[in-house]
Amino acid sequence: MTDRKVLAEYRYALHPIDKGYNRRSLYINLGSKEIKEKPVTDMMIDKFVGGKGFDLYLMWHGVKDDTKWNDPENEICISFGPLCGNTSYPGSGKSIVTTISPLTGIPVDCNVGGHFGPYCKFAGFDAVEIQGIADEEVIVFIDGDKGIVKIMTAPDEEINSHVLAEALHQEFAESDDKMQQVSVVSTGQAADHVLITCLNFSFWDRRRKVARLKQAGRGGTGTVFRNKKIKALVVKYSGLKVDANQPADLKTLQKTGLKLHKEIQAGDDSQCRMHQVGTVHLTEIMNDYDLLPIKNFKYGQMPEAKGLHSNEFRKLFTQGMADGCWYGCSLSCCKAVDQFKPRTGPYQGQPVCVDGPEYETAGGCGSNICVWDARDVVEINFYCDTYGVDTISFGTSVAFAMECYENGILNKERTGGLDLSWGNADAALEILHQMARGEGFGLIVGQGVRRMKKIFAEKYGADPQFLQDIGMEAKGLEYSQYMSKESLAQQGGYTLALKGPQHDEAWLIFMDMVNNAIPTFEDKAEALHYFPMFRTWFGLQGLCKLPWNDIEPADNAKTDEPAKVPEHVQNYVDIYKAITGKPLDKHELIRQSERVYNFQKVFCMRMGRGKRIDDIPPYRAVGPVTEEEYLSRQERYDNLLKEKIGIDPAGKSTAAKMELTRKYREDQYEQLVDAVYKRKGWTPEGVPTLEHLKNIGMDLPEVIEVVKRYL
Amino acid sequence: MKVLKTYPDKCIACHVCESTCSSLYFKEDKPELSRIQIHDETNPPQMNVCNQCRACEAVCPTLALAMNKQGVVLLSRNLCIGCLMCVAACPIDSMRPAWGRQNPFKCIACGSCVKTCPADALEIVEE
Repeated sequence: MTDRKVLAEYRYALHPIDKGYNRRSLYINLGSKEIKEKPVTDMMIDKFVGGKGFDLYLMWHGVKDDTKWNDPENEICISFGPLCGNTSYPGSGKSIVTTISPLTGIPVDCNVGGHFGPYCKFAGFDAVEIQGIADEEVIVFIDGDKGIVKIMTAPDEEINSHVLAEALHQEFAESDDKMQQVSVVSTGQAADHVLITCLNFSFWDRRRKVARLKQAGRGGTGTVFRNKKIKALVVKYSGLKVDANQPADLKTLQKTGLKLHKEIQAGDDSQCRMHQVGTVHLTEIMNDYDLLPIKNFKYGQMPEAKGLHSNEFRKLFTQGMADGCWYGCSLSCCKAVDQFKPRTGPYQGQPVCVDGPEYETAGGCGSNICVWDARDVVEINFYCDTYGVDTISFGTSVAFAMECYENGILNKERTGGLDLSWGNADAALEILHQMARGEGFGLIVGQGVRRMKKIFAEKYGADPQFLQDIGMEAKGLEYSQYMSKESLAQQGGYTLALKGPQHDEAWLIFMDMVNNAIPTFEDKAEALHYFPMFRTWFGLQGLCKLPWNDIEPADNAKTDEPAKVPEHVQNYVDIYKAITGKPLDKHELIRQSERVYNFQKVFCMRMGRGKRIDDIPPYRAVGPVTEEEYLSRQERYDNLLKEKIGIDPAGKSTAAKMELTRKYREDQYEQLVDAVYKRKGWTPEGVPTLEHLKNIGMDLPEVIEVVKRYL
Repeated sequence: MKVLKTYPDKCIACHVCESTCSSLYFKEDKPELSRIQIHDETNPPQMNVCNQCRACEAVCPTLALAMNKQGVVLLSRNLCIGCLMCVAACPIDSMRPAWGRQNPFKCIACGSCVKTCPADALEIVEE
């Protein structure tokens, strides 16, 4: 047992939840050691719903226009949403984390599994808001059984998550058979030194007898956490039952959940095989369609990708387990590699349990850097998680560094002796260990692509335009792992995403590129309105996106709008009404999201960003930057010149054809942005109009005040 | 393994077994709350009851379902969080939901229905 001093303590009255809401949030200031409750008002529920909505509302009133990520007033907010924690409908255990990101300078939001969110909610709060910087290392403990919140000293030596989370489960559980009643949020050593970091949310796996870790991955949340001198947040709650949310209509909730359980039971083996392999079922599909990122997004397909085929991971994943990151998730996608023995680093040879890899990790830490051995990907995954590094930003940042190495911008002298040739898994792992130790070239890579571009241009005289073209970041955040070159809609889906290029706002590649279902700018704009709004809703409610369309009803293809999965949309309407007792239909569902989405947009503007120029992608996301890229798909690009632009490519140099292609594609992107802004109710500069804000009910005075600065 | 064995050829579809079961465990005489269910649309009737195959045990996220020493899969009410994943996983639809209540239910081969069956259509056997 670690010897801890209590620095501050707050006792609160326990009371049952009322139809999904506690109607209070928890505020903790680590600097002043103030702990208090704040009321959750009717206005907050009506306009912000919960989850990301509450996070952003609380943060808005906690930070200033010029707050930087490491200012004391920056906040880490974690909220859960009214539907979060129900055990009936698959994918209902998500927490949403927001903070001012060290990578982007604007709010980042991450949707993460694990038990922390549901347990905090049942402990009595609709959101946890953490502000200030502690004088010494601390943990925060929320005892949901006794109604006590404590800030405690944290003399713990290990901060790496797979060690610390497990130790804290043991310390705070009443007994060995109640470890599942605790959940821990932590990060790792790298978060003390670099920016591309994450938070790990734990859940106790009763079969494996180990603390599993799910990541709030994007935007450097771990770095903010460590800047506040937090080693961990711990929650304990023992009263979980089917009606812990006190739903208005338990029977409908149960029936809707069971319907989906049965659908998954019947369909998963022939659809996405989430039970067997989780999200890595995508690697071979993406490779088949030329969409798997390879060599820093140069190419989408290589024969070597068979090494990352889902069957290779299936051999490593323990099969036949109930692998949900929250109770009641029969989709059970969070796979684990048991008894894995790392071959490098401080835990070399020690058997560990590794969560994942997920598809994004296989893409970022595998194909994008040409690491084709699934075991190497698992090892990078393990160290990223335990050190608190985001596997997506890590993969994209290392891929960028490797391409710079290939082009002579970097060399062994500049990397401190590291050979950053494509596929050098040892070098990628060493970069990771350097991030944890706070030394060497790992510190440069850990700043992320945007800062690397600046450093390489200023220090090594690299061509800034080339770096801009190949540096796969927008708004300061690294792209996630899909090729968007051949899908204009996905270029928008990525680059228009409010927090930066993450696929969770829109994934339109198949609709656009494969099925040609959204051919016009207006069609694409409609998709780039609907899907980001629909997907935002998961973050308001505390839900996971995967059970929406990674399993589909058997007759889904026969519906009017199969891409929307209409039956599942109705399920969400039904469970919202069953839990909250409030009216909702599929239109009001979108409207709920629209309010929060536009609030987040205005929040970015308030922080000096959110302009049209922030929505411009690097050209690598749009078309071929180098001659080798053009020549590798020459027939495709030549055909495009002929058919779309009306220019005969015969006799033209590759350079000339590339220039014509670029001009065309960049112009197409600009036209797309015009159409999307118009559909979203924004000006051509990307500013929400006052009329639109009034129409959707997001015309709060503080919002209007910011917007008026831009009109 | 201890199992309630059924003999459909002997069953006269009197539904006494269902009354016995639901009255014993739910204090209500309702067929939908019985752990054995008799479907008399066919001849002979279909007698649906748990065969202790353990498919439900494999998917339970809280380890609330486990086979006891007698070879019967039992549900721990303390551990069950009512997710109903076991209901979907049951290959013969013998794990049943109790709508509006916490726990699903299944036959635990207690033999009460054997005693009240007037046609000798039920028997507890070791397999």
